[in-house]
Amino acid sequence: MALSVEAVRRIALLARLQLTSSEETAFAEQLGHLLEHFERLAALDTDAVEPTAHVVAMEPLYRDDVVTNPPAEDDLRANAPARDENFFKVPKIIE
Amino acid sequence: MTELVRLSIEEAGALLAERQISSTELTQAALERIRVAEPELQSFITVTADVALAQAKDADARRARGETGALLGVPVGIKDMICTKGIRTTAGSKILETFVAPYDATVTRKLRDAGAVCVGKLNCDEFAMGSSTENSAYQVTRNPWDRQRVPGGSSGGSAAAVAAHQCLGALGTDTGGSVRQPAACCGIVGIKPTYGRVSRYGVIAYASSLDQVGPMAKTVSGCAHLLAAIAGQDARDSTSVNRPVPDYHAGFGAALHGVRVGIPREYFVEGMQPEVEQAVRQAVRVLEGLGAQVSEVSLPHTEYAIPAYYLIATSEASSNLARYDGIKYGLRVAESDGLLAMYQRTRAAGFGTEVKRRIMLGTYALSAGYYDAYYLKAQKVRTLIRRDFEQVFAAQDVIVTPTAPTTAFRIGEKTSDPLQMYLSDIFTISVNLAGLPGLSLPCGFDRAGLPIGLQIVGRPFEEDRVFQTAYAYEQATEWHRREIGR
Repeated sequence: MALSVEAVRRIALLARLQLTSSEETAFAEQLGHLLEHFERLAALDTDAVEPTAHVVAMEPLYRDDVVTNPPAEDDLRANAPARDENFFKVPKIIE
Repeated sequence: MTELVRLSIEEAGALLAERQISSTELTQAALERIRVAEPELQSFITVTADVALAQAKDADARRARGETGALLGVPVGIKDMICTKGIRTTAGSKILETFVAPYDATVTRKLRDAGAVCVGKLNCDEFAMGSSTENSAYQVTRNPWDRQRVPGGSSGGSAAAVAAHQCLGALGTDTGGSVRQPAACCGIVGIKPTYGRVSRYGVIAYASSLDQVGPMAKTVSGCAHLLAAIAGQDARDSTSVNRPVPDYHAGFGAALHGVRVGIPREYFVEGMQPEVEQAVRQAVRVLEGLGAQVSEVSLPHTEYAIPAYYLIATSEASSNLARYDGIKYGLRVAESDGLLAMYQRTRAAGFGTEVKRRIMLGTYALSAGYYDAYYLKAQKVRTLIRRDFEQVFAAQDVIVTPTAPTTAFRIGEKTSDPLQMYLSDIFTISVNLAGLPGLSLPCGFDRAGLPIGLQIVGRPFEEDRVFQTAYAYEQATEWHRREIGR
């Protein structure tokens, strides 16, 4: 069953995606179809099963608190789409 | 001279060690092969000829100083999901079209330290989301065995480049089969290591609990040399594991007497290409002939792997890809009214359809009211899938399956139906969910002359046994020697 276009719009806002109306229609149908296929998980009784967030047992890896990255401010800033000297420029946030 | 590129990593390594060839000659041959083949194949997003020739010169100087090493002077390609300092790294996405990595991924640094020569950055599905490389924002890579077919994906550029001798080896990344499935489609060897075996530092994130870097080469031995170079714990990746890296070649040549091989009955499903099943069954007989003890086993939750994977992977992706906001790097759509509109328009313009679809699915699965039903449920099913493997591995040493249900499909064949595309990974996805090592190597050809892949899965951190089994099979067969018709 297709999702509603309203549901698609709500998710798109959460995901910060501006969708065209044809994308909205297509995703409503495709996501509905995928979720329907995924419904088969509901058939499994997992009440007593612990979730797996991570497959390997990890021990924390400690290191001395020293800077290991060489200074590379220029390299980092070079990738900015808009900047003003040492600052990243963003659109106006407060009117 | 172009014949040099047909060498395997270990053959080239021997000639380099004997000073019969130089890295400069080998690298020039690879670059020439790229120049000739690239207009048709489109394996590379960026070719780094100048970097490669400088690194080759350096490798030759290191040899002259008496240094040795299996990869010293060997030309390789790197999937464009992996950061390379000073070289554009796009993840196959328009949103990173102008991104120049300010640092090397740990795997890039380790390859460089080993003296490997980087000939370029390889095409892939955008953010590694896909099974055909058709989701690249840049180009459709062709399968070298049949130019009308896909090379598999998402590491399709890596697989095609190795198969077409544009480089001797390559790095891919594998979240649900993205090294193994294209290796199968292109008739080469590729391994996804155990989760935590290889550092993910500097690898562009798709689904962090599943992503691993994996090497690809023409032979099992070449693949093992590459893994030996990149494996090991890294202080910059807290999910990398502190376990010694064994000598993968130590077990090569040993017989398979006593090796217990499990064949999961759930992996021979209806709808599978009959020639794939025949080739895999025949390969199992070869393993038996080499002394392996074969038995049928069961992985009962196999049918739940695709839903569990797509819920977990897309949820993690929706979070990981939130960073592409048009502020610090990457694309920005400038003519936007306010910050929110800038985010929305930038991401709308920068991401392709499949990436948007997965971000939407993941955002939905994590959203209020659905978290328990989808994301948490999928994580619990992941536990069941892990237990399936643990139970089988209590009595088996390796599990052998087909790598993919079909050989390479036609370009455009599955692009309109996301679920059909997702089903291409039906045999590889569980291995990522369980965090296990899995290797694909050639085990035959279908009637159309397209390669078929055999998957060998091992216990956590037992890549050595996986390699040993694969090597024994490879040496007993001739599939890896077949040349692409010219």
